[in-house]
Amino acid sequence: MPTPLTWQVATVDEIRPETAQVKTFTLRLPAWRAHKAGQHYDVRLTAQDGYQAQRSYSIASPPTRTGVVELTIERIADGEVSPYFHDVLVPGDEVEVRGPIGGYFVWEPDHGGPLLLIAGGSGVVPLMAMLRERAAARADIPTTLLASWRTIDDVIYRAELDALGGVADGLRVVHTLTRAQPPGWAGYARRIDGPMLADALAPLGTDPLVYICGPTLLVEAAANGLVEGGVSAARVRTERFGPTG
Amino acid sequence: MGDRFVSRGFTGRRREPDGDRADRIPPGQYATDDFPVLSAGPTPRIPLDSWAFTVDGLVREPVTLSWAELIGLPSREWTVDISCVTKWTKLDTRWEGVSVDDLLAQVELDPRAHFAVARSYGGYTTNLPLADLVNGQAFVAYRFDGQPLEPAHGGPARLVVPRLYFWKSAKWVNGLRLTERDEPGFWESLGYHNRGDPWREQRYAGDE
Repeated sequence: MPTPLTWQVATVDEIRPETAQVKTFTLRLPAWRAHKAGQHYDVRLTAQDGYQAQRSYSIASPPTRTGVVELTIERIADGEVSPYFHDVLVPGDEVEVRGPIGGYFVWEPDHGGPLLLIAGGSGVVPLMAMLRERAAARADIPTTLLASWRTIDDVIYRAELDALGGVADGLRVVHTLTRAQPPGWAGYARRIDGPMLADALAPLGTDPLVYICGPTLLVEAAANGLVEGGVSAARVRTERFGPTG
Repeated sequence: MGDRFVSRGFTGRRREPDGDRADRIPPGQYATDDFPVLSAGPTPRIPLDSWAFTVDGLVREPVTLSWAELIGLPSREWTVDISCVTKWTKLDTRWEGVSVDDLLAQVELDPRAHFAVARSYGGYTTNLPLADLVNGQAFVAYRFDGQPLEPAHGGPARLVVPRLYFWKSAKWVNGLRLTERDEPGFWESLGYHNRGDPWREQRYAGDE
């Protein structure tokens, strides 16, 4: 039998706001296991009467960060688990988790590239783990992150993405703002479409390794658009969000 | 062993429906009215005139059905509850299609056949005990909620095995290979449970 993924009680080390609706929770694990960028943890909450709720959340931290995992969680207004994380948890609290989980939507430096990462909103989280691992490994693999947001204020990890994109190591960070744009915005201002995908592909050649994470409509549009644009379906890995309240 | 862990300040929203519907939600799951889409890669587009479904492996003679031949088999409606390992459960989903019993009736099974590997357009595979597929427990569906099954949900046809987590219900299914031994499929080789019974919460390798 494989080693079971047992539940463990993690301690909240730090809570960091990312945007108005998104926070990053740093959890210290008594039995930390090296994960792969792109994997997730399951979280389980238990009420006094034994009632339980579980959800899965992507790991934002790279495996080079040992002893803890960072989970970046969007607050879903009518959700059950994410409002608890946002509104109740404080540093020092404990939370039950198990993981790491998932073996396909993962990237390690020896997977190579070129890499095309496409995110819709909080779908950026597992891709951020990949970018952080890429940076930690000083891998100069040609990489583009194409990320779709409603407004500039919804951009998660904005400062860090600006910094990573500013290093001349082959990473390009491209945002599209679909609902509203700040004055002077020169970037994309529409949903991801064929011409945008063609622009993203241009510097990466015809055979990039592609990871797409976000809401179903975005993932479908991006994956179908890339395959229609000649990218091999076998090179396109997707993770689609269900309701993760 | 200490007392059970309690999450400080957690009471729960308990979105689960009341009464016997609540009794139909497996442990660790929550009810949703949505129909989330989860797939590992792009959605394949399969023209019906080239669609084919093959039953092979431990059978006397493999059989390949065209779309017209599939549609020509006796169909029926199923109303079933489905549970995804990502924690959502959807009650009373309505499907139309052909039972696996009727598909297996097209071949003569070798008595050594105890397992099956379902395979799909796009390369996906998943393994199942034959015992979970027969006796009206599983079907190949081509209509959902009265409409042709959408590609994102596995159309033109998908396997549906309601008694197991939904990754066993292979989208874009195009064949069943009968085997003597259990051969782990795509997710089963990537850390997910080999059988995946939601009522025993068999999510990941090593659970139970």
